[in-house]
Amino acid sequence: MFSINLVILIPFIVAALLPFTYRRFKKAHLGWFVLIVPFVLFVILARLIPSVASGKTYVHTYEWIPTLDFNFTTYLDGLSMIFALLITGVGSLVILYSIFYLSSKESLQHFYCYLLLFMGAMLGVVFSDNLMVLYVFWELTSVSSFLLIAFWNHRQASRYGAQKAMLITVSGGIAMLVGFIMLHTMTGSFSIREIIASISEFSEHSLFIPAMILILLGAFTKSAQFPFHIWLPDAMEAPTPVSAYLHSATMVKAGIYLVARFTPVFGADEVWFWVVSIVGMITLFWGSFNAVKQTDLKALLAFSTISQLGLIMSLLGLGSIALQFGYSADSVLYTQATFAALFHLINHSTFKGALFMVVGILDHELGTRDVRRLGGLMTLMPFTFTVALIGSLSMAGLPPFNGFLSKEMFFAATVHIMNVDIFDLSSFGIIFPVVAWIASVFTFVYCMIIIFKAFLGKPQPEKLDKPIHEAPFGMLISPMILAALVIGIFLFPNLLGQYILQPAMSSIYPTFGDSADLTPKISAWHGVNPELLMTIGVIIVGAILFKFLKLWKPIYGLFSSRFTFNALYSNFLASAVSKSNLITNRYMNGLLRHYLLYIFVFFIVTVGGYLFYSKAFAFDISTNAGFRVYEVCLVAIMAVAAVSMLFAKSRMTATLLNGVLGYSIAIFFVIFRAPDLALTQLVVESVTTALFLLAFSHLPDWKKEKLSKRTKGINGIISVAVGLLVVLVGLSVVDFNQFDPISSYFENAYELAGGANIVNAILGDFRGFDTMLEVVVLFIAGLGVYSMIKLRAKKEDENIEDQ
Amino acid sequence: METLIIMLIGILVAVATYLILSRNIIRIILGTAVFSHAVHLLILTMGGLKQGNVPLLKEADAPYADALPQALILTAIVISFAVTAFILVLAYRTYQDVGTEDLDELRGAKNE
Repeated sequence: MFSINLVILIPFIVAALLPFTYRRFKKAHLGWFVLIVPFVLFVILARLIPSVASGKTYVHTYEWIPTLDFNFTTYLDGLSMIFALLITGVGSLVILYSIFYLSSKESLQHFYCYLLLFMGAMLGVVFSDNLMVLYVFWELTSVSSFLLIAFWNHRQASRYGAQKAMLITVSGGIAMLVGFIMLHTMTGSFSIREIIASISEFSEHSLFIPAMILILLGAFTKSAQFPFHIWLPDAMEAPTPVSAYLHSATMVKAGIYLVARFTPVFGADEVWFWVVSIVGMITLFWGSFNAVKQTDLKALLAFSTISQLGLIMSLLGLGSIALQFGYSADSVLYTQATFAALFHLINHSTFKGALFMVVGILDHELGTRDVRRLGGLMTLMPFTFTVALIGSLSMAGLPPFNGFLSKEMFFAATVHIMNVDIFDLSSFGIIFPVVAWIASVFTFVYCMIIIFKAFLGKPQPEKLDKPIHEAPFGMLISPMILAALVIGIFLFPNLLGQYILQPAMSSIYPTFGDSADLTPKISAWHGVNPELLMTIGVIIVGAILFKFLKLWKPIYGLFSSRFTFNALYSNFLASAVSKSNLITNRYMNGLLRHYLLYIFVFFIVTVGGYLFYSKAFAFDISTNAGFRVYEVCLVAIMAVAAVSMLFAKSRMTATLLNGVLGYSIAIFFVIFRAPDLALTQLVVESVTTALFLLAFSHLPDWKKEKLSKRTKGINGIISVAVGLLVVLVGLSVVDFNQFDPISSYFENAYELAGGANIVNAILGDFRGFDTMLEVVVLFIAGLGVYSMIKLRAKKEDENIEDQ
Repeated sequence: METLIIMLIGILVAVATYLILSRNIIRIILGTAVFSHAVHLLILTMGGLKQGNVPLLKEADAPYADALPQALILTAIVISFAVTAFILVLAYRTYQDVGTEDLDELRGAKNE
């Protein structure tokens, strides 16, 4: 009865109910009500941990569009369990924190509605087995992230950041969609599990590499990998709970999830190994390098998040090499990189979430996040300081915190990769430990900046708008829980490894047999080995660099702001807008004549072109009915009248010539056995002519057309071409007799409709509805005529549209 | 006969197109009127000309002329009349409010 589909839907349902129920929460903060949702979901999922740990998976399919292979299939395994626990767990803590962060005066119903929307979408991403459904949820996370970044939409920076995040992640998402479709073209399935089972047959397929690159584009844009990382710092305009939740713990890890999920699909390919690990390494370095120069603590955390995401990404890349070798005692060593990635993923969520909340506390209580205005907060904000210290040291990779464990495993993985003897790794592999080590030094430096610049040193109360004071207790609960987890995971890492990480490993390496082999025993002390020496080196060099920060900081000035990816993005956006404006203004120039010209030219080119191309032109005079002299005279009269209209000097002449055409047609109707038409045409033509004459008394006389010779020439050519084309099409079609005419059906008019006049029977009975709607058209035209003549804006109502 | 009428239709369409491409709103309205004449003739011609008796069951014997195009044209005549009347009044009202019936002047100051 219960299925994971429901877990995805519950946040959506509550989000939909929120706009109708929030008014009931006048006294209590709306957040208390919303908090129930992630908490309950967390408990439900946590109860499933033991059975998932024992290798059980939960699949449930709700058929949606089975003919197109679109099914709402959810799949709960070890990998999705990790993410789902993060989403609901961190979600609960963030909502608890937001209750104290956001005052009841903000439009909370919007905030929590978007947040729940995000939660549901994110759960959908990690639980969906069907690629199309996954894609929909994926884009929904982008949309809800857009709404949350722009929550304070009166700020220009918020709107800018929201737009930037949206544009970059959605373009990546579309690339990913194309990749998914390619996968479907190859394997014939949208189900990830089925694709994993059958992909080995397709690794030589010509679409294999394009699909991989496109899917990676989606993952890289979402996870803010270099060079798409530029959206993440601007997304920090969001309220801090959002930054802590979406832009550090969950949404940016959707890309990580995707890469982990697709490792069994693409991981055995050399391209995958290089792209994922190199992009991750560059991001790791670039993020940590740029974090050091930030003065805004939140921007610092944003770059640090980019860097840590790069770390996890590169670990996944390194771990994929194990698939090259297949399952053996040696290759298990390389899977430890993936294990470290998952381990660090969880650790990062704990310490980075705590740090974001600390920065939120500073911003909320002191009114600034600028390290230049902070300092000496340690004694005045002891609890906040403790949390910040734990978070920073864990991020720097020091014991006794969980960051130390995963950082050591990361170093170990980069060292192992040097021993691999394929892909030229024995010569190039050295770059991995070197880059990892340098990036970790910068990581150490910015962690020290948080501790020393913001919390130690001399207090600067004169630079703050508010007196320094400790945050309210409620705001401290969530960061303290996370800080406790940071230490708790350090103390009992193998508990996490066995219950949470081990089942996820078997999801990533389904062919590797017993997942217990893939789960190394995590221990803080394992003798003196390269990774320990690397950590010690990081601490020594990092401390020296931090000490002499002022001396080497000027190197950041060497990077001109004109050549950054941000500048590239802004220039691209600005030029896209101005170029399209330019193009649009060129043809949408307000001249009706030009618009009509486009229509006529299009008609000539397509219809004429096709007539010529398909050689459909046919001309057969033999089936023609005969003609009499007076008919030819009538045709001549009409032709002359029509052409003379062009040269008429006065509008009166032109109108009368139009009348000549109308009455001549009435005569033709008589000749062609259509008495009803003749009668109608006579009446209508008389009334039309009268209307023209009536209108003339209110309109100025004709002036000579002020068109240039060239324009007249073009108009003339187009007119002749249109006329000629109609003749050609008409001649080709008139003898068309592939189908029987349907008119004989209407000859039963008397029996079927009780009318002897077939035309009348068609109009009044067979096609009665058409006639009724025709009358409606007449009625609307009449209303228009009436209102344009009779109704006028009153004096004071004038220029309504300009207001 | 059909060929002759189609030639006539071609002339009418060419004239109508030329009128519609003018600047003066009255010429444009006349152009649409001529256009509808051409189309009515075209529809009738496509049904075949002079191929039967008047489609009145009690008055004439089979075969009858094709009644379906006639019904279509009847609708078209009325609609085109409504459209002509509407644009005429639109031109009138535009001239009253703006003081010009030249389309080049009506395009607005923003595009200048």
